[in-house]
Amino acid sequence: MALLSKKDSKLILDPLADNNPITIQVLGICSALAITAQLKASIVMAISVIAVLAVGNVVISLMRNIIPSKIRIIVQLIVVAALVIIVDQVLKAFAYTLSKELSVFIGLIITNCIIMGRFEAFALGNGPWRSFLDGIGNAARYGLILVIVGFFRELLGSGTLLGIQVLGDPIAKTGLYAIGYENNGFMLLSPMALIVIGIIIWVQRSRNKELIEE
Amino acid sequence: MEHIELFFKSIFIDNMIFATFLGMCSYLAVSKKVTTAVGLGAAVIFVLAVTVPINWLLDQYILRDGALVWLGEEYASYDLGFLSFILFIATIATMVQLVEIVVEKFSPSLYNSLGIFLPLIAVNCAILGGSLFMQSREIPTLGLALNYGISSGIGWFLAILAIAAIREKIRYSNVPPALRGLGITFIITGLMAIGFMSFGGMLTGGDDDSTSLEGKPENIGIQKEEIQQENIETEKTVEVSTITKQ
Repeated sequence: MALLSKKDSKLILDPLADNNPITIQVLGICSALAITAQLKASIVMAISVIAVLAVGNVVISLMRNIIPSKIRIIVQLIVVAALVIIVDQVLKAFAYTLSKELSVFIGLIITNCIIMGRFEAFALGNGPWRSFLDGIGNAARYGLILVIVGFFRELLGSGTLLGIQVLGDPIAKTGLYAIGYENNGFMLLSPMALIVIGIIIWVQRSRNKELIEE
Repeated sequence: MEHIELFFKSIFIDNMIFATFLGMCSYLAVSKKVTTAVGLGAAVIFVLAVTVPINWLLDQYILRDGALVWLGEEYASYDLGFLSFILFIATIATMVQLVEIVVEKFSPSLYNSLGIFLPLIAVNCAILGGSLFMQSREIPTLGLALNYGISSGIGWFLAILAIAAIREKIRYSNVPPALRGLGITFIITGLMAIGFMSFGGMLTGGDDDSTSLEGKPENIGIQKEEIQQENIETEKTVEVSTITKQ
């Protein structure tokens, strides 16, 4: 961390701890929960959001003095849409089956509230380097939640991680399955994503009493 | 017949909130009171009904592979599909602005009830999601696209109305302190989504059950690798056949 001053490293680390975009600020839940049934899709989604938010924050921050404030929402939308098209085309070129699975949800990064939220709240008032760090920090914590949810849903739902059977073979009855363990197929259905996040919020707020809402 | 089927399918089975989590941000932020929830819900129906047909026309005559053929034979090989994100979001942003201006001019009372929510809607995932799903499900006619916009808007409206009503009541309940507010809302939404899953059997008669599962990104994990390859190829045709089944 010698590269970063104390204030700069706080920009990355602060969202990682108590100022989490998903569980505290309630931003950016829209486009992501539906794809967390598998860890791999969650990781790809997390990386895409980190790339879009970090680059987008820099672009907006560089343009912040020339954007007329009345049309700034449209300018921001166009910047995000252009970046998301790049991500989408890269995925189609290098991971075609995965991009088919993510289907419309890559496109929905555009309207992910966390991106507009950081543009409005941070990039419009700060320099490019600090905006870049802020983008990485916020998107990383967002990605972390996705990966946690994806990890539990894939592990408990299909007994695999990244497609590798970590709990043994359910058909040949090896590993855990030999003693009568069964996969919980319910974890793969969409409602469980909400309930897993609810539990994460519960754990986080139980550990930090200041976050409790009245 | 296909209109009625698409209508109920979009409201209950493919409900934007409970099946695909679209528009969750405003759903969570604006659902503290029933009256504001109704305002936002009405605005969402309105904007979806306007933007989905317009984006359908754009998709049909500009973006699709070979769509530019009406300009002349030499344009038939163009595929502008990669531009759909930027064109859709630009349409939505301008339409929202336009709708706001027109409503303010001609119906001040409607503007007063919808007004503050309209700018919020430009960045609501449900609106862009409606257009993107319209594109990926290959809705065949303009009438069906209008139907899809209105009915998925109604589905979203019902969802936010229900959660707002529950949240007004839950204030008097004894919720564990750490779950109060956001946490319990997530869990209730999850339970409501489980309830809405029971509508899944409403339109499919027996043997169609498996095909209606395959179309959703959620359920790809269940079928796993052996079907995956085949699944990806047939995914689009399956979706079309469930929409246009007569």
